[in-house]
Amino acid sequence: MNQLPALATVVPLLAAAAISALNPLLRARRRLLDGTAILTAAAVTVILIVLLVQTAHGDVVYWFGGFRPSHGVAIGIDYAAGPLSTGLACLAALLVTAAMIFSWRYFERIATYYHALMLTFLAGMTGFCLTGDIFDLFVWFELMGVSAYALTAYRPEERGPIQGALNFAITNSVGAYLSLSGIAVIYGSTGALNIAQIGRDIARHRPGGLVVVAFLLIITGLLIKGAIVPFHFWLADAHAVAPTPVCVLFSGVMVELGLYGVARVYWSMFGQALGHRSAITGAFLALGLLTTLVGALYCFRERHLKRLLAFSTISHAGMFLTGIALLTPLGLAGVAVYVAGHALVKAALFLCVGIVLHRLGSVNESRLHGRGRPLRYTGVVFTLAALGLSDLPPFATFLGKAWISGSGATHGMTWIIVIFVVASVLVGGAVLRVAGGVFYGLGDPPGEDQEMAREASEETGETEQGRQRTPLTMIAPAAVLVLAAIGIVFAPHLGPTVEAGALRFQDQTAYNATVLSGARVAHPAGIFLAEHAGITVADVVTGVGSAAGALVLAFLALYWRRLPVLRRGFEPGAGLVRPIQRFQSGVVNDYVTWIVVGLACLGGALAFSIG
Amino acid sequence: MQVFPFVVVAWILGVGLYGIVTSRHLVHLIVCLIIVQSSTYVLLLGVGYVTGAVAPYFFDVPVHTPAVDPVVQALALTDVVVEAAVTALLLALAVQAHKRFGTLDPNELVQLRG
Repeated sequence: MNQLPALATVVPLLAAAAISALNPLLRARRRLLDGTAILTAAAVTVILIVLLVQTAHGDVVYWFGGFRPSHGVAIGIDYAAGPLSTGLACLAALLVTAAMIFSWRYFERIATYYHALMLTFLAGMTGFCLTGDIFDLFVWFELMGVSAYALTAYRPEERGPIQGALNFAITNSVGAYLSLSGIAVIYGSTGALNIAQIGRDIARHRPGGLVVVAFLLIITGLLIKGAIVPFHFWLADAHAVAPTPVCVLFSGVMVELGLYGVARVYWSMFGQALGHRSAITGAFLALGLLTTLVGALYCFRERHLKRLLAFSTISHAGMFLTGIALLTPLGLAGVAVYVAGHALVKAALFLCVGIVLHRLGSVNESRLHGRGRPLRYTGVVFTLAALGLSDLPPFATFLGKAWISGSGATHGMTWIIVIFVVASVLVGGAVLRVAGGVFYGLGDPPGEDQEMAREASEETGETEQGRQRTPLTMIAPAAVLVLAAIGIVFAPHLGPTVEAGALRFQDQTAYNATVLSGARVAHPAGIFLAEHAGITVADVVTGVGSAAGALVLAFLALYWRRLPVLRRGFEPGAGLVRPIQRFQSGVVNDYVTWIVVGLACLGGALAFSIG
Repeated sequence: MQVFPFVVVAWILGVGLYGIVTSRHLVHLIVCLIIVQSSTYVLLLGVGYVTGAVAPYFFDVPVHTPAVDPVVQALALTDVVVEAAVTALLLALAVQAHKRFGTLDPNELVQLRG
């Protein structure tokens, strides 16, 4: 039996345990600690790359303790590694490696538990991707969650991290318990915990009320992790206050893992039973597109750099959910490529903000105006990544978006592309405005918002004072990640390979056969036919157009005060500030209220369409 | 299968969520979160319960004696472990919040807004 899937979680867990156990010895030897963490994360990346190559010929299934299923009944717990799940886990390991390299010089003093927490976080993420058991999925979800809450509050002597971590931990715990209730309900009606076996059992009958309730509860927990409106409020709070290398992981993969969970639960468990109805597409499409627009609007009005990037993550999470909601192989393939491209670009942006914080001691756009001029390389990397975020060809983000909207257009939803372009222009415009203002001193500094200034002023940085030069270990990971986001696009046979992976992800019968009877299904059959994963001239025009739109918007945002048409004292969007603050209140009670409201609405929509 | 345990589950879940939504004290709020989680214990045990069956302890009982489902009990135990970790972390954060903000009212934690 292939041991690689198990190794991918065992290695980081053992390393984390060893670091914690040897704490008294290692405390004084910081470089040894850093080196161990980097090497472990890199080793996991290599293991997952090898596994990814192996999954090209069929999913790799590993049964813990060798307890193979007997007569189609799962006895043990399995890992089922497909191309998409392994690819996502690989991305997580890659980002952890980059974040650990960045941390080498970023923290002046560092606690041992930082490394241990990062490695358990990595183990949680890889386990979540690879597992084939629904209760195991919950356990990894919680392991990932608990490490993430602790990492958010890494600097407990400040006020922001405490509040951010509390909001994050309480909302996500409520989500986890809702998911667990759903798991208990589905276990009660099937007597199984293996995803494949549950899927096979519930597909035999008409979907009863219990199945729908279980589906609703499980995905609500995952949607909270995936920061979908109205479950998204915790994200900006947590991302704004976590240490920069941790933000890279939060925005880059953790949010996407929630949506991966939704896709996995739908395609491997509930899909056949619920019957792939257009009502399901409708419900998720509505949520996805709403999230896309809300995230983009919040992003554009933000002045706190980390919060700005956090809101852009919400917007992109909406686009990912839209791609999943289409239920087509090309849509899912587009999401896979988009997630990879977005993770690399967003990680690079966060690392650049980390460098700004390290050198200039602030993350407030108003105060940083023009002060980033000496940071030449950082400015170039940040600008490139910002262009990538606005979907300029040939970034992987462009390719992903083109596939999703292309697949939508084939199924009569051409308007998806309009919403995508609007969101890309807003998000790209906001990030390019930062690039132009901070690194090149273009235009006028934006007006000071008291509330945001107070938030941003606390962020004094993990280093004592500004440094004279940027260490290579901080800029190199950011540059490599941006180049990788371009490099992916030129991988040979990318389109057919990713789409074949998506097709296999969506074929529940093939997944069942692979897991429960060990059959190798090389050419699965999809619900929808595979579409041509190519790029048309129209796609390129749209990509270039949205990047150009973002540039124009960024220039308008920087120079609008000098335009003759506007009267003096006019602040665009000033009237929106107060109502918006009422939503994003920072009070955890409100966030949980929204979770309950969202759960009720989603439940109503599902009951109405399926029941 | 009896309906009564599941009514209790819904009640506990509802009460816990109501507590979280209306709470004005972080420690109270964390206790309400524990109550939400308690609903999952009752649900898990209720799902595996068999009327008239013995505990899943197969020693010194005749073969084919009906027993309640041991799997859900293992799941509930795992759930307890998870809860212990989360609660400990949350209470530690509440202590820190009291130190930094001087209050435990979630409405008065005002560092992050908008």
